[in-house]
Amino acid sequence: MVQERTLPQFHAPAAQIAPEEGLRLYEDMILGRFFEDKCAEMYYRGKMFGFVHLYNGQEAVSSGVIKSLRSDDYVCSTYRDHVHALSAGVPAKNVMAELFGKETGCSKGRGGSMHLFSSEHNMLGGFAFIGEGIPVALGAAFQSRYRRDALGDSSADQVTACFFGDGTTNNGQFFECLNMAALWKLPILFVVENNKWAIGMAHERATSQPEIYKKAAVFGMPGVEVDGMDVMAVREVAQQAVARARAGEGPTLIEALTYRFRGHSLADPDELRSKAEKEAWLARDPIKRFEGYLLEQNLADEGTLKEVRDRIQTRIDDALTFAEESPEPSPDDLYKYIFADE
Amino acid sequence: MAETLLFNALREAIDEEMGRDDTVFVLGEDVGVYGGSYKVTKDLYNKYGELRVLDTPIAENSFTGMAVGAAMTGLRPIIEGMNMGFLLLAFNQIANNAGMLRYTSGGNYKIPMVIRGPGGVGRQLGAEHSQRLEAYFQAVPGLKIVACSTPYNAKGLLKAAIRDDNPVLFFEHVLLYNLKEDLPNHEYVVPLDKAEIVRPGKDVTILTYSRMRHHVTQAVKGLEKKGLDPEVIDLISLKPLDFDTIGASIKKTHRVIIVEECMKTGGIGAEIIASINDRYFDELDAPVVRLSSQDIPTPYNGKLETLTIVQPKQIEAAVENMVALKV
Ligand SMILES: Cc1ncc(C[n+]2csc(CCOP(=O)(O)OP(=O)(O)O)c2C)c(N)n1
Ligand SMILES: [Mg+2]
Repeated sequence: MVQERTLPQFHAPAAQIAPEEGLRLYEDMILGRFFEDKCAEMYYRGKMFGFVHLYNGQEAVSSGVIKSLRSDDYVCSTYRDHVHALSAGVPAKNVMAELFGKETGCSKGRGGSMHLFSSEHNMLGGFAFIGEGIPVALGAAFQSRYRRDALGDSSADQVTACFFGDGTTNNGQFFECLNMAALWKLPILFVVENNKWAIGMAHERATSQPEIYKKAAVFGMPGVEVDGMDVMAVREVAQQAVARARAGEGPTLIEALTYRFRGHSLADPDELRSKAEKEAWLARDPIKRFEGYLLEQNLADEGTLKEVRDRIQTRIDDALTFAEESPEPSPDDLYKYIFADE
Repeated sequence: MAETLLFNALREAIDEEMGRDDTVFVLGEDVGVYGGSYKVTKDLYNKYGELRVLDTPIAENSFTGMAVGAAMTGLRPIIEGMNMGFLLLAFNQIANNAGMLRYTSGGNYKIPMVIRGPGGVGRQLGAEHSQRLEAYFQAVPGLKIVACSTPYNAKGLLKAAIRDDNPVLFFEHVLLYNLKEDLPNHEYVVPLDKAEIVRPGKDVTILTYSRMRHHVTQAVKGLEKKGLDPEVIDLISLKPLDFDTIGASIKKTHRVIIVEECMKTGGIGAEIIASINDRYFDELDAPVVRLSSQDIPTPYNGKLETLTIVQPKQIEAAVENMVALKV
């Protein structure tokens, strides 16, 4: 048997979610899963290049957190950013086109898989270097507080959700930003997606205190652990953290215990993780689990769920066609976007 | 006209811009309650409050990244590097995020921010506090790099930098904060991308910036007595370089001497020479000469420190040599 950390228990009564809301979460998780599956296919067919990090297995975190935000809130991600961008509302076709390096991509084909941006959707970015997105997210959160308290704009109550992995919590920017966020009571959620591995470095080999949520306490901020394979549980802690942030009560550190179902990137042979470990986590697939929940609680029937899947499959297929048919950036524009006002 | 010290000229620039645009704010170590280690933000904390003059913890990389995030979402941060050398710790945020993010994002975001503070070789501050960093940053795409040298240009350039929609690295020099100059009473802005012709002349073009401008000016006094007539250009913008002004001067003098405080290897001068070869090779009557500081960590010992940077006598000799070899 694999020795696993005891997962926090969460019991969601049916009353906690309306059927439409359940379907919205389900659709978002399916979108993430199907999108990533298509990426793997395209990568292996030589249509996509560079490092491509897929999110399979972690969908409950993106959907549970980002679907608890408003559309004017901010999202900040890492190199594993496709699904965060999708949850934040960046259309699948523009994400797919970006991965194809096309002019219609959300970063105009200049960014690629690890650099997805959309100012329209307050998607602050995919950040390819470990930890470097955390200060940027902090800046967006500072901006909300600045508008509210320095400029007196009472409508400036936007919250920022900042995602990163377990390995990243050993980087100084994590600690520096926890400190500043707590110090200035900034409206930010630090969402650690603890998938137990940083490429080939097992979490407990890299850190002296593997329970990351406990690191919040020394900064005087709440830290919560949550079953990252349970979208209802993630949603619950996210909603509480968002409410606190919006009310001006400051940041929260959320540690979601989760697992990636594929290698670190599509270039990773994934030889270090044991079969037993993978199987144990695959059995906890967040999408299957949420399907079961929706059916059990009579929030949806099989037909409705299939309709969602079919609709999303069509959207992915359309995104693919869009990406394939879109033009590449013009060589004349090689220098475009270096400086603003050009 | 009001006689103003350079650090106060910078302070006036910040104060005026903060008054003009309430999205402008200052952040850095000891910028608030303490007023800045060179008093550039003195009393602004009282005037604008703790969010607009934000005292940060000593976390250079993170507060620089925070400024990037604030800039992406519509604010206009001014970071004070207590000493520009400390920004080595923020190199990642400056290069990857301030410099490149606009491009990487395909124009989704602009990053209007200023990173300013004291640099250069000062009064025996030792290697780490006497850095010549401009060359380290010049290769980063998307950054503008500016060096001020007089109270007049310090004020006007800083105002322009704050209004610019791009990240601007703004170098001040530790030894120039107490320069005095009469400044106009009316508001003015000095464009970031224009070199300043300090002294028109015809014999040789001297390209310089920051404190070395003053060493050049000293050397010119001696040269004038010897009947020489050099043209002195303060580059102001180290990136992008103002080749209109540089080129026009080369076409007139056909000789160039670069006087810089940064290190020779991979320095600003090295880049200028390469660009002059690309653009004006046929105009040159002599190889470009470059007087740079030595490729060593700045030594503490006063005599060695003096030997590390270019002195007026060396500039005088270099100009005389170049003119004597007149073809
Ligand atoms: C500054 C920096 N160092 C190293 C890397 C290479 N790298 C990419 S992902 C990764 C592991 C990160 O693990 P974790 O934070 O747990 O996130 P996960 O990939 O598991 O989502 C490393 C070392 C990097 N991208 N940036
Ligand atoms: Mg991980």
